[in-house]
Amino acid sequence: MSEQETFEPVIIGFTCNWCSYRAADMAGTARIKYPPNVRLIRLMCSGRLDPTFVLKAFSGGADGVLITGCHPGECHYIEQNYKMLRRYLLLKRVLGGMGIEPDRLKLVWASAAEGVRLANEITKLVEEIRALGPLNWPQWQMGNGHHAMEVSQPEEVTA
Amino acid sequence: MSTNGKPKFAMYWAASCGGCEIAVLNIGEKILDVDANFDVAFWPVAMDAKYKDVEAMPDKSILLTLFNGGIRNKENEEIAHLLRHKSQILVAFGSCASEGCIPGLANLSSTQDIYKTVYHTVSTENPANFEPQYEYEMPEGILYTPEFYPVLKTLDQVVPVDYYMPGCPPESHQIAAVVELVIKVLHGEATLPPAGATIGAGVSTVCDDCPRQRNVKTIKEFVRIQEVNSIDPELCLLEQGIPCNGPATRNGCGALCPTASAQCIGCYGPAEGVLDYGSRLVTAFASVIDSNDPDEINRILDGIPDPVGQFYRFNLAGSLMRAGKPAWQGNGSH
Ligand code: SF4
Ligand code: SF4
Ligand code: FES
Repeated sequence: MSEQETFEPVIIGFTCNWCSYRAADMAGTARIKYPPNVRLIRLMCSGRLDPTFVLKAFSGGADGVLITGCHPGECHYIEQNYKMLRRYLLLKRVLGGMGIEPDRLKLVWASAAEGVRLANEITKLVEEIRALGPLNWPQWQMGNGHHAMEVSQPEEVTA
Repeated sequence: MSTNGKPKFAMYWAASCGGCEIAVLNIGEKILDVDANFDVAFWPVAMDAKYKDVEAMPDKSILLTLFNGGIRNKENEEIAHLLRHKSQILVAFGSCASEGCIPGLANLSSTQDIYKTVYHTVSTENPANFEPQYEYEMPEGILYTPEFYPVLKTLDQVVPVDYYMPGCPPESHQIAAVVELVIKVLHGEATLPPAGATIGAGVSTVCDDCPRQRNVKTIKEFVRIQEVNSIDPELCLLEQGIPCNGPATRNGCGALCPTASAQCIGCYGPAEGVLDYGSRLVTAFASVIDSNDPDEINRILDGIPDPVGQFYRFNLAGSLMRAGKPAWQGNGSH
């Protein structure tokens, strides 16, 4: 098996409590299958998403980050999801500037009724991140003689 | 080196520009108080001294060391460890030591690219294509030069630090106030702030000290300050589309730049409680954009052509990510 097939991406998902978390919940109760790679963290609203959370996830070892929120116009806090949309578009540019593929960060709008759609989006995202490969951000340590690459690299498989 | 019973003072520069030293000398006659109260034990920019003199000092024999500069190479790192051992109070002095500053922006590039720029571009005359060698055989023996590290670190990423003094460079009146405080402590008239504190600065943001008015106005484009015909002297710069870093930056300078109609570029580092400086700015900049349409938002964002440079100009090495991928992926190649 190639490295790409064995690599299981770690994805942190930030979901809004009102729509998209319920969508994920619904996908679960309806026994819709989606890959277990996403660790969901529930926020009250996508507008609560501080970009710090995303960078913390990537610097802490995540390969991808998913943000979900209510559809435009349907945020329970009126327009916070638009604020998140702007942060998201700007954050992608910041990631690009650091040499991180912007596609590792994804935004999905999902209403409480869209369990199937959300499950499909998650499945798609997992495959996209798998194709990008591990991010392997170094786990820097203090006073480690400056050799930043602490994380072991995947072994090369000879053909 | 005198042994006159006065407490010892040291100042060192690692990867920095020398501006911090000038800022210290710029405190005027207060510098005489430093001389009256301290024995200057080690200060390469001001007096001749050898590393071996410092090595010979007993541990903790220097009361106060102001360390400026980031940790770029092996020499910087060795002296950081040495001065940590010899000092009771080690201060990360200035932006470079605290958060990496401008030298830390090299954390976006691989070592090869840094070498290319430094040794092989038009501004450098280097017909023989020399590059530094870490070991070189001479008739007299082997010469060693300090190894260049792929990623610049802040001082506290290498050794524990007692206090941080932000600024590029720290403002002279702030340095004078800190000097005064330490002298008072020496005479038992004051106590030191809690360990790990940021000294010589405020606990809020530059916006808090800025005289400009904020009207919760939103914008349709970001503009470069040099391309603006007339700047409203009263209104917040960010609300005029001028990318001002005041909302995330620690106060302490007295909002010098926005007062002079220039945007804050963030030289005082993250405000109290800000874990990632750039993230805070992403939020602040996103909130002034007047659009809910992805295409239009992207067009407006094109007005920030270099987001990492804008949001991490001083803070990249001290940020959550610390470096761009090319820097750490090039690790080990030199
Ligand atoms: S953003 Fe800049 S101009 Fe506006 S209030 Fe803050 S420091 Fe002043
Ligand atoms: S306004 Fe900003 S850039 Fe200017 S001196 Fe103050 S902190 Fe530094
Ligand atoms: S409540 Fe769902 S995005 Fe705001």
